[in-house]
Amino acid sequence: MEVIEKKNKNKRYKPILDKIPDWPVYQLSKNRKEFIEDVAEHAFKRIKEMRPTRKQLVDELEATVYREQQRMKRNRWRVDPPDESKFWAKVKEDLIELTARPLDDNATERKEDEILKRIVQRYAGEIAGNFKPSSYRFAREIIQFWFARLLNATRVKKFGAIFRNQYTLRDKIQIVGKVKQLRNLAKKGTIVMVPTHSSNLDSILIGWVIHALGLPAFIYGAGLNLFNIKIIAYFMNSLGAYKVDRRKKNLPYLETLKMYSGLAIEKGAHSLFFPGGTRSRSGNIEKMLKLGLLSTATEAQRNIYLKTPEGQEPRKIFVVPVTLNYHFVLEAPELIDDYLSIKGQDRYLPEDDKYGSVQLIQFLFKFFTKGSNISVSIGRGLDIMGNYVDEEGNSLDAQGRIIDTRDYFLSNGQITIDKQREDEYTRMLSQRIVAEYHKIHRTFASHLVAFVAFEMWQKQHPKLDLFGLLRLPEEELSLDYPEFRKTCKRVRKQIYNLKKEGKANHATHLKGKIDLVIKHGLENVGNFHLKRPLLMDKKGNIITKDLNTLYFYHNRLVGYDLEKFI
Amino acid sequence: MTSRSLSDLPPVGVIGSGNFGTTVANLLARHRNVFLYVRDEKTIDHILQKREIRGHKLNKHITPINDLAELARQCDIIFPIVPSAHFRAMMKKLSPYLHPYHVLIHGSKGLDITLPKGQTLETVTKLSRTQVKTMSEVIREESVVVRVGCLAGPNLSKELSARQPAATVIASPFNEVISIGKRLLRSDRFQVYGNNELIGVELAGVLKNIIAIAAGALNGMGYGENARGLLISRGVVEIIHLGRALGGKTKAFLGVAGIGDLVATCNSPLSRNFQVGYKLAQGMKPQEVFESMDEVAEGVNTVRIMKKCADFYKVRAPITSTLYKVLFEDVTVKEALDYLMRYPLNIDIDFID
Repeated sequence: MEVIEKKNKNKRYKPILDKIPDWPVYQLSKNRKEFIEDVAEHAFKRIKEMRPTRKQLVDELEATVYREQQRMKRNRWRVDPPDESKFWAKVKEDLIELTARPLDDNATERKEDEILKRIVQRYAGEIAGNFKPSSYRFAREIIQFWFARLLNATRVKKFGAIFRNQYTLRDKIQIVGKVKQLRNLAKKGTIVMVPTHSSNLDSILIGWVIHALGLPAFIYGAGLNLFNIKIIAYFMNSLGAYKVDRRKKNLPYLETLKMYSGLAIEKGAHSLFFPGGTRSRSGNIEKMLKLGLLSTATEAQRNIYLKTPEGQEPRKIFVVPVTLNYHFVLEAPELIDDYLSIKGQDRYLPEDDKYGSVQLIQFLFKFFTKGSNISVSIGRGLDIMGNYVDEEGNSLDAQGRIIDTRDYFLSNGQITIDKQREDEYTRMLSQRIVAEYHKIHRTFASHLVAFVAFEMWQKQHPKLDLFGLLRLPEEELSLDYPEFRKTCKRVRKQIYNLKKEGKANHATHLKGKIDLVIKHGLENVGNFHLKRPLLMDKKGNIITKDLNTLYFYHNRLVGYDLEKFI
Repeated sequence: MTSRSLSDLPPVGVIGSGNFGTTVANLLARHRNVFLYVRDEKTIDHILQKREIRGHKLNKHITPINDLAELARQCDIIFPIVPSAHFRAMMKKLSPYLHPYHVLIHGSKGLDITLPKGQTLETVTKLSRTQVKTMSEVIREESVVVRVGCLAGPNLSKELSARQPAATVIASPFNEVISIGKRLLRSDRFQVYGNNELIGVELAGVLKNIIAIAAGALNGMGYGENARGLLISRGVVEIIHLGRALGGKTKAFLGVAGIGDLVATCNSPLSRNFQVGYKLAQGMKPQEVFESMDEVAEGVNTVRIMKKCADFYKVRAPITSTLYKVLFEDVTVKEALDYLMRYPLNIDIDFID
């Protein structure tokens, strides 16, 4: 018998806002031009504050041009606009002219400001998304329709099954957790959704989840590298994504990006970003979050309190952690390679993706034909300080008393702007999000078997460090089933305990007869990879064909202190 | 600052009327009106009539009060200075009246222990960070206050009251809290430094108590300055190892709150911790020592806790574990010292790259 998930309620959620024109993201894109202007202007002001003297500003500009030209020389992408070399050449020329032929003071300063403004405007334009209701609807239908067809064709093995509606995407992708609260909060305030990130598919998956929950489209911060893949680029654009270019680390770019996110949140656009920054290379649940974009939520909330006139209810921002739980990650072997080579020796990590449209289709096909489910856990809503909120959106303290979030920004009875304070708040929020991730992440049977097998091998070779262990030939690694089974049971027990303490969660399929759970785990752990990370040989022993990838899947359960139960 | 403008500024609260609490209240009263929380009515009457408490004269800007709700309502900035053993209970009482705009700067040098049911500090064998908390962590756990700081450093109440030159450290991750502390405490005789390593600074203040007991013991044995020099320098190393295991950063232990406080306490024969060591070296049994003192020295508990933490985190802490034997396992000071002098550890410094 196969261990199956508890049957999904397969509930359809009504949209919380009927018409697309009511959606904040639509409002943003309708006034796209004004919004870009707004972003550019604010970013300009912010950068001027951060680089108050002219010398500092010129240094910053020169550094920016230099870096941009280096980037264009070394690492150009298909999505890069064709006119960019011309643009930067002109900026450089203007800067050189400035230093070579000093104008009078006022004029020089004006010229410097003009250059900065030009750069910031360009960046704002690059970042800005382009949400179009028509293509949103189209993309949505496409995903719905074809996914359903594929599912039925592959699952129900009968002629004509392709036209059946027995299975929908909801059967493939389970959404669990605080769905009702999320829908409530989205009506009352602005949602900032922060999912874990392990695969390039996450962006599309989460886009679908948002739609399936009846929520209006969110604005996304999506890596620009994704736009290299045409299919994904199409979906991303239509789903309201804005572009995050991780090659650009210069101050004007980063500030413009943060301003874009912050202003959009301030204007009430539900937003989504992956706070881990990039896909988790090691396979771990995110431990360290990037604070840059997260800080824009804090800042936006402060601005809302600052700007809301008396007597009006300030709009609240709700941070919602989400974990995406997979049996497999398409890119796992490459990700773990990256991770190991970085950890092994400090070398530069190039961000090139080996996946194009063809691989994606291959993957989708496998995804639908093999019985591997994905689950999405929606966490409880938090305010920007990481306090839980109730159904009404009130922040609660540990004793369940209501807190006024505005009070966090008060000094001496006044709302004050204190950058250092808010940085600290953001850091505190990020720690809360990480704790929530661990709490809501659903442990799958595949995570369990991967974790136990790898840890048992590590224990068999106590003298070897990680790299030594990974260098062992795979043929030498084999585990006796009875021992493996016992250990799995022990670790599973501890996961149950952690769940009781509210520190972890697991899928329904983890319960039941341990042999079946192990079987389920072995069948599913990274089952799409050419070399299976874990399987049972003819003698009934547990073996691996790819220890590195096994390490990747094992890492999902690192951070729960389960090692001592091996 | 003149007294005329005092009434225009919001008052500041102090909780705890022990030696250090009243001293801090007096320091604050130079800049602001101060509400001093006193637990019982009688003491309040006494203060109102005599303007003194346990020999400390009280500044006229200090108002005694025994209503925590009122204190929290009047004061956005509060200095809780109560012994660590009562700290959590006090926070539980205060917590309902606190809001996120409050700023709490505590001055308690001790640790908070939460034990599993049925266990006591004597029976538990190992302690980890889930059970051992600093005072700022207690504040964070028990209340909604996030802007938390601590006061630490060589601040012997008597010398401060006599207006001798001294310095303190305000530690907080928030620069805002540090500058509030500086503004409220600084004077021509009192220097205030800022430090962002809150946990490290708190631990420095706690861990030095261990070394203070050892200093008393050396003194009681009649040993002189060489021995003390040895103890203090090795003490710093041990404090840093223990402190890092508990989540402090090295930096915090090298400043005024670390070495500064350590040297001061190891040279002050009147401190309770020093007295414990001294009496033990004079041949008193631990039980007699505890009974001879009206209040338990924080250091005794610190030794007990840190020995168990050291076991959990597998940190070498020879001074702490030897003192543990003296205090709780009937080893004499002389035997302990013999053991330490033979301890096979000869790397001087191993925590700075």
